[in-house]
Order: sequence, then C-alpha cells, then structure tokens
Amino acid sequence: MPKDNSIKSVLIIGSGPIIIGQACEFDYSGSQAARSLREEGIKVILINSNPATIMTDPMMADKVYLLPLTVESIEQILQENQIDAVLPTMGGQTALNLSKEADELGIWEKYNVRMIGVDVAAIDTAEDREKFRQLMVKIGMAVAPSRVANSFLEGKEFAQEIGFPLVIRPSFTLGGTGGGFVHSKDDLDAALDRGLKASPIHEVLVEKAVLGWKEYELELLRDKNDNVVIICTVENLDPMGVHTGDSITVAPAMTLSDTAFQEMRNKAILMMRSLGNFAGGCNVQFAQNPETEELIAVEINPRVSRSSALASKATGYPIAKIAAKLAIGYSLDELKNQITMTTSAYFEPALDYVIVKMPRWNFDKFKGANDTLGLQMKSVGEVMAIGRSFTEAVQKACQSLENDAVGLGYYGKSLMKSDELMEYIKTPKWDRIFRIKDALMQGTTIKSIVQATGIDRWFIYQIQLICNMEKELATYSIDTIPADLLKDAKKNGFSDAQIAKILHGDCTDDQVYEKRKALGITRVYKMVDTCSAEFEAKTPYFYSTFEN
Amino acid sequence: MPHTKQPAVLVLADGHVFYGQAFGKTGTTTGEICFNTGMTGYQEVFTDPSYTGQILIMNNVHIGNYGVKDSDVESNTVKIRGLIARNLEEQFSRIQANGDVDNYLKANNIVAIEGVDTRALVAHIRTKGAMNCIISSEITDVEQLKAELAKVPDMDGLELSSTVSTTEEYELGDAAAELKVAVLDLGVKKHILECLVQRGAHVRVHPAKTPLSRLKEFNPDGYFISNGPGDPAAMDYAITTVKDILEENKPVFGICLGHQLLALANNIPTFKMHHGHRGLNHPVKNIITGQCEITTQNHGFGVDPEAVRKHPDVEITHVNLNDESIEGIRLKHKPAFSVQYHPESTPGPHDSRYLFDNFVSMIREHKQ
Repeated sequence: MPKDNSIKSVLIIGSGPIIIGQACEFDYSGSQAARSLREEGIKVILINSNPATIMTDPMMADKVYLLPLTVESIEQILQENQIDAVLPTMGGQTALNLSKEADELGIWEKYNVRMIGVDVAAIDTAEDREKFRQLMVKIGMAVAPSRVANSFLEGKEFAQEIGFPLVIRPSFTLGGTGGGFVHSKDDLDAALDRGLKASPIHEVLVEKAVLGWKEYELELLRDKNDNVVIICTVENLDPMGVHTGDSITVAPAMTLSDTAFQEMRNKAILMMRSLGNFAGGCNVQFAQNPETEELIAVEINPRVSRSSALASKATGYPIAKIAAKLAIGYSLDELKNQITMTTSAYFEPALDYVIVKMPRWNFDKFKGANDTLGLQMKSVGEVMAIGRSFTEAVQKACQSLENDAVGLGYYGKSLMKSDELMEYIKTPKWDRIFRIKDALMQGTTIKSIVQATGIDRWFIYQIQLICNMEKELATYSIDTIPADLLKDAKKNGFSDAQIAKILHGDCTDDQVYEKRKALGITRVYKMVDTCSAEFEAKTPYFYSTFEN
Repeated sequence: MPHTKQPAVLVLADGHVFYGQAFGKTGTTTGEICFNTGMTGYQEVFTDPSYTGQILIMNNVHIGNYGVKDSDVESNTVKIRGLIARNLEEQFSRIQANGDVDNYLKANNIVAIEGVDTRALVAHIRTKGAMNCIISSEITDVEQLKAELAKVPDMDGLELSSTVSTTEEYELGDAAAELKVAVLDLGVKKHILECLVQRGAHVRVHPAKTPLSRLKEFNPDGYFISNGPGDPAAMDYAITTVKDILEENKPVFGICLGHQLLALANNIPTFKMHHGHRGLNHPVKNIITGQCEITTQNHGFGVDPEAVRKHPDVEITHVNLNDESIEGIRLKHKPAFSVQYHPESTPGPHDSRYLFDNFVSMIREHKQ
C-alpha cells in the first residue's frame, strides 16, 4: 500500500544550536526530509531555533518558525496551523526530547497530531541502559556486564563487583557527556560523581570495559512491512574506548569476513525488530572480540543519527529522504533508488571505493584542555575522503583537515624517539595516527604498534605501505623519480606538496604537478553511485582519483 | 611495493586492453568475464562451482584483507579461472585465518591481475555485455594474446556441470534421519548441503548424469536440483532427469541452475543474459507473502519471463525488484518449486534461508 493520504501537513523539528555531537548532520537530514515530503505534495512546517541552517531557508519549507525549541513554541505553531503529523526523528536528541515532552503534556493529542517515523517506547528502551540491557538479554544478545546505579554508594559497590577497567555511562546525555573510563580504584570516585551529575535523572551505568575490541556500526532502514536493509557498515579504526564521533572510521568494513559480517547483520536486524515496530532509520553498534569473533551489542539508536548522514554521503543512499517517505507510509519496494532512478530503493548499497572519516579537533584553541580521547566526544567537525584504496582515502582525509598536514606525516612534527612514541600511542589522542606513522618510519614493527594501540593489524600494514613508499620516494629528486613510482605515489594518495617535501633537493609542488602532467599522470573522476557501477546512475556525485 | 611487481595484461574479446600487475600464479588464463559487487565473502565466491569457466572481477577495491580460512569454502578447490581486482592484499589481519590470498591463489594455480581500473572495466562490461577475455603475466604481446583468446569457446551452449559434479556418490547427515533427500549435483555449493543437513535431512549426493532409476534406489522423500555452471539449455541429460523426477510427484527444490532446469523441464526456455546478476544485494520480492529479501545471486542465464507468465501450470513466486526478472516459480499441480538466487547465501544475507524450511515442511507434509 502506498502512502498514507490522511497526512497533508507535517511539522519537522530541527536540532537547534550546533554543539559537539549534534552539528550540521541534522540540518542535512532535516532539509532532506523537508524536500522529500514536499515532493509528495505535503505541506511542511519547520521549527528550529538556529537560523544559521539550510533547513530554515525559506525555500526549504512551506512555513519556517525561528523560535526557541520549547513546548510553548510547539503549541503556538499548532494553534496557527492545521498540522496532521510531526516528524521528530530528523533533529537528533533535541527534537526527540522536545517531542517526548510535548507528548507527556498531551499536546499532540490535544491538537490531533500523530507522531510519525518514531516509536517513543523504542527510544526510551534504547536510551535507558538498563532497559536496553534487559531487552538484549531477553533476545539472547550478549552485552558487556553492567549494573545501573542511582547513588554514589551503589556505584562503588557495583564497580567492585564488575572489576576494572570499567566504564561509567550517565543515562540520557548526549555525545557521551559525563562518561568515562575508570582504569583503577583511584579514579573511581571522581568518575562516579561526574557521571551522576551529568545525568538528568542522576543515574549511571557501571559497565565492564571491553577495551581493545573492534567497533562496528551498521545503518539500517525498515519500512512498515518490516522489510529491512543495511545501508552501510562502518568500521572504527580506533578500537572500543574512543567515542565513535572521535574515531577515525572507514566504510565499507575492511577487516570483516562474510561469516563475521552476516552474524552482525542478523543480530542488527534482530535487535531492531525486538525494539519496536517503527518505520525509519536505525543505527546499531557492536564490539567484536578479534580473538574469537564474539560479538556484543554496544547500543542501538532507533532514529536518523549523526552516523546516518555519514552513511548517506558514503554510499549515495539518501537515508533521511527515504526515512521521511517511510514515515508517511511508503514501503521500500515502492520507492526507487534515488541515484539510478531505475532500480529499487529496497537494496543494500555496494561500494567500489573506500571512505575514511577523520575527526577534526580544536585543542590548539583550548590550551590546557585534556586532549585524551574517550567516551565523551571532543571533535568539532570531521572530513570525509573517498579513494580507490584505503591508503589514498586516509591521505586525502589528512590533506582535508585544514591544518598543515599535507598527507599522513609531516604534521605536528614530533621529536619523540621510538620508545617515547610507543608509550605515547598507547593513549588515544588527536594526533595518534600521525605518531603511529612516525613510529613506523623509525622502524617500529607492525606487531608492536598493534599491541600498543589495539588497532587492527591490516590498517597498520596499510600505513606501513605509505611509509615504504615515502622512503622510496626520498631516494629520488624531481629529476630522477621514475614515472611508475610517481604514478603509484599518486594512486596511494600522496599530494604534490607532500611529494615535493619528500623528494631530496629543492622542489615545489608546482614542479611535481608539471612533471606528472607531462607524464600523463592526471586525475580521473569516479562516481558515487550506490551500486559499484552495476547500473547506470542518473544523479551521481564524483570524487577524484588516479588509475592506470 | 606494487610498482616493483611484474606487469600483467588483460585483453577483452572486443579488443579492449587493461594493464595491471601480476598476482597469484604467473601465467596465462582465459574465460568469460563477469563481475561481483559483493563487499565480503571473496573466498566463498572463488570456490563456488557455478563460477567454473569464468574470470571474475571483484568490484570491491580491497580483496584479501581477512585472508583465507579453510572452512569458508563452497567446494574443495578454487573454481574461478582468473581474478581481476583493484587492490589484492598480501597481508591480512583475521586471527582465525589460515593463510593469505596470494599464496592461496598460487596453490590453486590461479592467475590474477591487480591494479586494474576495475570501475572503468565494469562499466564497459555493463554496456557491452559478457564476453571472453584473457589475462597474462607471462605474455605481454597483445596481438599474441588476442590470437589465444580467439580459441576460447563461447559460454553460450557450453555444458560444464559434468566437469565439476562429484564423480562418486556420497552421503551427509544422520543416516537414521526420517527425511531423505536425493541431490543431483550439477556443481553444488557446500553450504546448500549444510542447510539441508542442519534441518534434519539425510542427503545422498549424486553425479550430474545419474538417472532417476539410481536416485530412486536411495528411496528419497524429496529431490534437490543444485546450482552449477554453464548453459542449462545444453544439458539434455539433466532436463530429462528433472522431467523424470517430476513424474514421481515428490517434493522438488531447485536453486539457480536447478531453477532453470525446472523451467526447461516444463518447456520454458532459458536465455543468456546481457551480463548477469552477481552480488549480495539483489532485491527480491516474494509475491506470495509480500515480504522482500536481499539475496545472493550468481547467474548469467535466466528463464524466459513471457513463457513463465503464459504457462498454465507454473506460478511466479518471486520477482526481482530491479529488473522484474523471474526469481522464483512453483508448479501448480506438483510439489515443486525453485529460485534463481541463492538462499543458502554463502556469502550474503541470510534473508532467504526460510526456503530450506519450506522445502523440509513440504517433504514432511507430503510424507503424511
């Protein structure tokens, strides 16, 4: 059955001010949703307190309200407009919390407004660590051992029971605010106190820390008929212990066999189905023990999330746009793939490139701030790079950070010796990937780095390839560099400026550019088309790369 | 480093040439080119007997990252004739793996080429269709390669099942089980048999050219017609066997080539597709239940949709949501059904494994 024709006007709630953990991703999803609904002839009314957004552009909605995100504003809008439904899943936690508040006060009911694309009970279960844990136990899904504490004393008791290292996770906070790792008894009191204070309901979860396990995220979409697809699988380069928003992440998953991946896919679907019967987007996070491939569920977000925006850009599949259509009653098999326009929207994107997302921190502007990465997100932005190999993508990401990194290496140059570096990279910090590269350049083995960081060996090996190439490049000057080597350097993401720095003798990036142009080593452009070139794409976007 | 590697060349039957570096065994190989868009499960794909005679492009840009593992196979040897990829990885990270892809390909005598602009190549095949090709890491003279390539037979009309089928009968599962399934092995994947055994079936696997008389000696409660390589229309012996099996009025389940043979046994023709369906993300709708499934596919031939629609005794059960091709059929007056895709899904999503449950239920009901 196609869309629900009783919905003629929809209220979309924005995410308000940009804060860490909730930034322009929700502007992107809100804008997509507004467009998607208007395409269906539905009147869109939008509220957001942040005027510096695309979604509040008069072109985006039929009516835009720049008002504080409060229940009073909602009521004012409902008085002034005939609204049939509210779509609260596009504005992050802010919009959800506001919708829930309005729901508890009976405002939606009073004005006869339906909440669409969301299941409040599902959100509550997902946000409440104890409810989530109980649900997982019920469906037979493993989770890290944990106890919920509502007081300082309870917290201490449970910490003793569970043992160190452990994690303190406050309930109902955003971006992991107030959470943290506790490695020993000495740090427990402060961490508990901070966590309890951060939680609006004075509640924390004391959980066993699975440090060193690999972390994965799956983005799912489901329609009202319970058809489910996995849009994207994202692998965190940093193992468990670093907030996903602060992790370097890679798509598709690079180090998963099909048996391991299918287990994850099955469990993600099982988790989504157990949570409720909502149509829309969902994000599921897992930790995998690399020794045994055993999985535990980390969390589930039954809504369009920060990572949905990344997954959309990474695959070409417009999650928010489709989620909005699912919310008004379409099923996935009734919709078209928005990129090919000929094939079905019920499918799982296939990638023939590598995506690397790298966070951008501003610790240089916050002198004295603790720059160790952990459960609380600290990055203020991110870049996404696309390449035809991991080496190319990771170097492009480094080049896009808008700092002095011209590639992987040559950034925040450290004078540390290899033993100091080895100690330094044990703690996740903003510059860890650069220091890993320094250590490899100094001859540290891949094995030692894997032991120190818990990062999957495959990624370290790829960085080693970049180091090997850099060392080889350094034996030539601009006049002597062989064409094949120059081409390989470009295929592995070395920028002209980076090559100019590495080559011995004086050399500028312009000279490198002229040299490779004369040799016919020039960029080619490839499409992000959702389907690995299997079908012709109508509205693709492009990235540059180098090919033979 | 890649640039110190030996160069390799890929020549297509239409004269297009792609360059890359040697990987796996040094040598020359020929076959029909095809592409697989799956992002996981390369080893299962390499060992799938349905790929016999084919040179495979893996669209995913990194192949080999998690090495190879003895249990992740669909048959005992690598069945692809050659491999084309953007980046083949010698180093892997999976702790459970038994080795790396390079040595695995060498041990299985597989010539591979990496560093190829696979995206341009796939777009070319998508436009021009499946064709023969040659890869070499020992001959660099394109004209000589073209001459070699001209000798390769066309896949259309080629019978290959008997070359990969078991030569000896063998049994799997509990011999005391109440359900007995006779399998006609036309290149069966290991995990299909496992899916049957897991559901309590005792199976006996028979060589491709086994006649019904011998299958019946097992006293089976149901028959399974397997997947396999080559052109189904060139398999008169198997079409006859399937016709004979249908006369028995016992439950029959066919997968992929088995689906095409069930169609042929009902006088529905098959045809060679432009470039086939190969991957792990093909959308299929079960039009009986209304549910959708993400399926694993690997086929270069299909059944004629018009002939299926017109057939009075055949009903369509599954359709492809991308191109509306026929993905599943059942006979109206006999307990027989088949699907074009791979419900065992190794590799691939497990959405369609219910079909094995359906087959087992059908056998149980039929026994009563």
